[in-house]
Amino acid sequence: MSHHSISGMRIRGLIRKEFLQILRDPSSIAIAFVMPVILLLIFGYGVSLDARHVPVALVVDQPSAGTSSFTASFRHLLYFDPVVMPDMHHAEEAMMDGRVEAIVHLRTDFGRKLHRPGGTPVQIIVNGVNANTARLIIGYGTGVWINWLQQYARDRGIAFGAPVTVEQRVWYNSELKSQDYLVPGLIAVIMTLIGALLTALVVSREWERGTMESLMATPVTMAEILFGKVIPYFVLGTGGMMLSVAMAVWLFGVPLRGALWVLFAGAALFLLVALGMGLLISTIAKNQFVAGQIAIIVTFLPAFLLSGFIFEISSMPDVVQLITHIIPARYFVSLLQTIFLAGNVWAVILPNALALAVMAIILFALIRRISRKRLD
Amino acid sequence: MWRRIVALVGKEFLALLKDKKSRFVIVIPPLVQLFVFGYAATFDLNHVPYAVYNEDRGTISRDMLARFENSPTFRLTANLHRDSQIRPLVDNKKVLMVLHIGPRFSSDIAIGRPAAVQIIVDGRNSNTALLVLNYARTIVQGFNTEQMNAVGQSALPAHLEVRSWFNPNLQSRWFIVPGIIGLLTLVVTMLVTALSVAREREQGTFDQLLVTPLRPFEILVGKAMPGFIIGAFEASLIVVAAIFWFHVPLHGSLLTLYTGIVLFLLSAVGIGLMISSLAVTQQQGLLGAFLFLVPAIILSGFATPIENMPPLLQDFTLIDPVRYYMVVLRSVFLEGASFHMLIPQFWPMAVIGLISLTLASWLFRHRMY
Repeated sequence: MSHHSISGMRIRGLIRKEFLQILRDPSSIAIAFVMPVILLLIFGYGVSLDARHVPVALVVDQPSAGTSSFTASFRHLLYFDPVVMPDMHHAEEAMMDGRVEAIVHLRTDFGRKLHRPGGTPVQIIVNGVNANTARLIIGYGTGVWINWLQQYARDRGIAFGAPVTVEQRVWYNSELKSQDYLVPGLIAVIMTLIGALLTALVVSREWERGTMESLMATPVTMAEILFGKVIPYFVLGTGGMMLSVAMAVWLFGVPLRGALWVLFAGAALFLLVALGMGLLISTIAKNQFVAGQIAIIVTFLPAFLLSGFIFEISSMPDVVQLITHIIPARYFVSLLQTIFLAGNVWAVILPNALALAVMAIILFALIRRISRKRLD
Repeated sequence: MWRRIVALVGKEFLALLKDKKSRFVIVIPPLVQLFVFGYAATFDLNHVPYAVYNEDRGTISRDMLARFENSPTFRLTANLHRDSQIRPLVDNKKVLMVLHIGPRFSSDIAIGRPAAVQIIVDGRNSNTALLVLNYARTIVQGFNTEQMNAVGQSALPAHLEVRSWFNPNLQSRWFIVPGIIGLLTLVVTMLVTALSVAREREQGTFDQLLVTPLRPFEILVGKAMPGFIIGAFEASLIVVAAIFWFHVPLHGSLLTLYTGIVLFLLSAVGIGLMISSLAVTQQQGLLGAFLFLVPAIILSGFATPIENMPPLLQDFTLIDPVRYYMVVLRSVFLEGASFHMLIPQFWPMAVIGLISLTLASWLFRHRMY
């Protein structure tokens, strides 16, 4: 059997056969087109880290002019939904039941201690179970407190005492909309699933049904079989990618600051890696059941948790940071977030694209190697 | 009847575990993932790389910058000398934050005029950006208080006292690790159940099963047991690791925890079998598994709070069993919630389990090709 000659005609034949098979069980088409729509809709609307309208209990032991100016400053914010509670007992109960996420407590001595050294205490108690939300609430609460201090000073014609003020500039996403950063990351997660799902079962199915042996009896080479498997699913996957980008831009209004061709070049590289992962799983497993299990285990959760899509990679322990390098989605998340929000920053794009290219080469070399062994 | 069920359960376990690769996939990767994810998934920021562009020559700015240098949250990676150096550093993701201090910073403060520190943050990850800003503000705040006390200026009229219940140091690992117990229990159950009926249908052995004296209920028990037993076994291993390895405090009772685990397994096994018996090929089963798994995890409140979702989607999360399981895990671990308090979480899981198991066994007979 000749391993090295590649015939265009034979590949065309294989591709035609694969497309016919795709049409017979339309679940491949569903994977490429229905899955991204459903997932992007759920993800895009469902995943948000912006704490808005957090229910907060306000407890004022002894109302006075000072306390009402303080509680008023809570009402003007989008971040909080303050609920006035008569006493701490009620507030603590509400927090235990999860009806409020935080308690702001102004004690009896609020007015009296205003002019003492050290100032009057404003107590904020947060439910720390979700540490991230708790931290955001504390941050917003601090903002309310500083605004109130400034207002208080202005009303009395005193200069506000704080020597250093903070001027913040948030680049690329000045409104800090979490959707703008989550949607590009989501595309990476979704494309990982699509790529691997499309191909995870296609080779193992041929082994399981015995059609691989029949294929081997023909003059078709292993390289041609691989091309025949990759090209149709690459076409499907690219369709899914275009759909996802269109939804990101037109439905979710994520700005696309980089060039479209750079985006699609990066996506094509990533798709090769994702399809390669699926093919490798399929080649190793040899039966669909195990291939399916491996696909469930190695695709979604690693891409979700280790790609930097939600959890910051630089904050992970060093060993885990090393592990993230074998997750292809990591490079694609970085590419997408940069191309969408920052533009064509070559210093970010080139190394990530290179990493994807290297991964693709390694994956296909591995598949080639394993498949050839079995042919002998 | 029980003899028949036992025989069927035995056969199901054999089908699942006789393949060396399948045995490996079901046991090892979920455990490895617990450790990797347990360390990876954190919202706490450490060693955030930042750069300083200080045009000021006075000592006051240096005092303030020293506070940033001593903070474990931040890691100074560059001192800049020109404005033009800022953009490439941030663009290329070398730093997440740049502190820019103007030339008149120290002299302004010395004469009692407020001075500004400009904080530039990379907003590509908006959550990180928000947290970085919060951390930075806290540091500046601490510096301000110290400055005012030093010059004897009558201090601020009010100060904040912040306390945090259930998780005093706000470690997000305490929040995430119980969540990971939920994710991995779900994944393991799906591994075992989602393809099991689909495989038999594709290979034609399911028709043979249907013509045996086994009733649909017995087939259901036979198909459900492996998912149930393996799921419970792995959930227990992960709970042990969470307590003894990650030191997440377990304040509630094991009985309450296991009530939650058993009810969740009931619902997850039910949905897995339902998907599996809807599918005619394993490819369809796999697609179904993902179409359930991914939204179920996203909408569970694992990483992003359900309260942040739009109302329509919040309603939608009510049919997601993982949502209830997350609440059970977190409140039993961290809040020490009692059995009674969690009944509102228990019954929906039981209902989802019963409905999906019933549907699955109905589909055994009625979905034929």
